[in-house]
Amino acid sequence: MHADPKGVLTGIHFIDGDHAACEGAIAAGCRFVAGYPITPSTEVVERFAARIPLVGGMFIQMEDEIASSIAIQGAAWAGKKVMTVTSGPGLSLMMEHIGLAAITEVPCVFVDVQRGGPSTGLPTLPAQADMMQVKWGSHGDYEPIALSPNSPQECFDLMIKAFNLAESYRVPVFFMMDEVVGHMTERVVIPEASEIDVVERKWTAKKPGEYRPYETDGSMVPEMVKAGDGYRIHITGLTHDDRGYPAMNPQAQDKLVKRLVNKIRDNRDKLVDVRADGVEGADVVVVSFGITSRVAAAAVEAARRKGVKVGHLRLIISWPFPAKVIRDLALTAKAFVVPELNMGQMVLEVERAVAGKAAVISVPHAGGTVHEPSTILEKIMEAAQ
Amino acid sequence: MDKTEIRVGGLGGQGVILCGMIIGKAASIFDGKHATLIQAFGPEARGSACSAQVTVADEAIGYPYVKNPDVLIVMSPDAYTQFAPQLKAGGTLLYEKELITLDDKLPAGVKALGIPATRFAEELGRRLVLNIVMTGFFAGVTGVVSFDAVEKAVKSSVPKGTEDLNLRAFRKGYEYGRDQVAGGN
Repeated sequence: MHADPKGVLTGIHFIDGDHAACEGAIAAGCRFVAGYPITPSTEVVERFAARIPLVGGMFIQMEDEIASSIAIQGAAWAGKKVMTVTSGPGLSLMMEHIGLAAITEVPCVFVDVQRGGPSTGLPTLPAQADMMQVKWGSHGDYEPIALSPNSPQECFDLMIKAFNLAESYRVPVFFMMDEVVGHMTERVVIPEASEIDVVERKWTAKKPGEYRPYETDGSMVPEMVKAGDGYRIHITGLTHDDRGYPAMNPQAQDKLVKRLVNKIRDNRDKLVDVRADGVEGADVVVVSFGITSRVAAAAVEAARRKGVKVGHLRLIISWPFPAKVIRDLALTAKAFVVPELNMGQMVLEVERAVAGKAAVISVPHAGGTVHEPSTILEKIMEAAQ
Repeated sequence: MDKTEIRVGGLGGQGVILCGMIIGKAASIFDGKHATLIQAFGPEARGSACSAQVTVADEAIGYPYVKNPDVLIVMSPDAYTQFAPQLKAGGTLLYEKELITLDDKLPAGVKALGIPATRFAEELGRRLVLNIVMTGFFAGVTGVVSFDAVEKAVKSSVPKGTEDLNLRAFRKGYEYGRDQVAGGN
């Protein structure tokens, strides 16, 4: 299905990542945002609040992030495509309801424009230090999806993908921007609505009385209904059975939690999205994501000029982690270099996938700005020795 | 790869960011090049230091920050003091010459060209358009962005009803820039 032309600002724009992310969401069909504006993500909701009345939809500025993260879930059950937008401190407050979205299987997008932390940290400066938080932040077992755009154009393009994945898998999807990507202004090409594929929610064809909210008919993802269509449904954060009613026993827990994680784990190969540049036969592979991938690319080019056989693997989808891709590369590469704007988070996943078959060199950075390309270059040269 | 790194500095309220925005827009939308604009993003308000970094290139831009610009556009003495020492040797300084007095801190071989942009803006009717005069001056001197592209970028970036004034400001700065270059400064 194609995007609704009403929401698509077809044309060539010179806008920042925050604005582009907003346009991507509207193009993807997002018609409800609840949020508590926070730097450096404020421009996303500012634009949404201004644009959405013209398209037909709603923005609510909530009392806090906890309320925002639950208001969107109500709106999703009312049939809307939904999103909330925040940065680290707000994301921390949202954790409980992220778990609710996971267990009740609400399609929703959480935008996190990352800034330096912990706590209030560096409100106006970049970091990539929420990567493990979105993977593990809420209690219990579940598998989120996360995307890592590195430009305003990708903020538009990948946001559409984020919404499509949220609908396809009925999971919270995290859109992991950072302050630089959010506030950087570049050309953004928005295509015609007819060129934008959007995934519609999997609505049930069953009649009220026959429909069971968590019956899967062999697929991993149950069908949905929306409030007002005459279905009487029960949705709870308690472990539930096919009917959606509490079923607090080990058998129900086993069935539900296994499906929650396996609907992503079994589709990992399908979900993998990486950009590989010269990784085949490379001695050193740089693994990066988000804004750091642009800095890393400069370092990779410099290393190639010095004669090093270095490849660059960029994570577009950071969760689920492309462990198999890394594992295969570890058969031939001597070393992996992992620069990130945190003290070493995704490097742990690289280490896990490499499993001792090659050296793994972390290039941490506490945040506040991006790496110097020369810092990454130095580690590549060290790895090539 | 042909690449020009530009920094624009001045006071909050002088239109520093819009100047960078118009250069980037002209290059990336109307001249078909690539441009990346980064704003120094802090708790700045009107009257405090403010700056924008613009990279214009023929190919996609990786590292987005500008450290040692090829061209520095400054509209206030503070911005001059802060940013002039980082100019690339042999780079170009474009400055508001009735607000800024040059000192001996410029890197070697810098070509410094001044313009009475605030006075020109006042003569055109509104002091506010000084940033557009500076943008025109930049285009006229450097040729990094074309006249047509900047004209379109100005028209699509300024508030409705102020297009004529802003276009006159742009042309004024542009012509002054061309004259400076022709004058063999």
